[in-house]
Amino acid sequence: MMNVMYFAWVRERIGVPQEQIDTQAATVAELVQELTAREERYAAAFADVSALRVALDQELSEFDAPLAGVREVAFFPPMTGG
Amino acid sequence: MLIRVQSEVFDAGAELNAFAQGRHDVGAVVSFTGVVRDTQGDLQEMQIEHYPGMTEAAISAITQDAVTRWDLADALVIHRFGALKPGVPIMMVATAAAHRVAAFEAADFLMDYLKSRAPFWKKEIAADHATWVAAKDADEDALKRW
Repeated sequence: MMNVMYFAWVRERIGVPQEQIDTQAATVAELVQELTAREERYAAAFADVSALRVALDQELSEFDAPLAGVREVAFFPPMTGG
Repeated sequence: MLIRVQSEVFDAGAELNAFAQGRHDVGAVVSFTGVVRDTQGDLQEMQIEHYPGMTEAAISAITQDAVTRWDLADALVIHRFGALKPGVPIMMVATAAAHRVAAFEAADFLMDYLKSRAPFWKKEIAADHATWVAAKDADEDALKRW
């Protein structure tokens, strides 16, 4: 099981801040494909992954990164701090 | 190094005084305070969301980087989250160094990196719309300076 988190408009589109996902996805991109195939709300959130960022265990990563050993995945738009 | 992520308001002047006090090893203290700005004249509040845990880790890593790179005597970062009214402080950074160039540059670097690499997202709430603030290409480009 993997803890998957969503922030900002990604959270709003998917409708929950986080959820436990049972997945065999080998990479972030595969996880995105899996979620997109599930329901329209995921497809809406992941329509353009170039507009998204991903963090693996709270560190910024890439969509082609492997998920082996990862406990927490977070998807969000580019950050707007400061 | 002092890092605080909080919903409570802070007094930038008092924070800066406390940060600068009692140091005999520094010749320069630089600070920056970010304030909620009402660009269109209709802003009711700015909602700031963050990623607890990653926020603190990312700010610590960026600040440690600045301390090492500019040989800072100390650095301070405060960043708020939650619903903030126009005119109130969102965040501040302060740097202390032997000389001013290092203190200025390190503060500038911290601001560029906090803007694009610390996991915060801003949403503008007005009477008739609620809009997520989009990241600017210029903000990402600014990182290339460093």
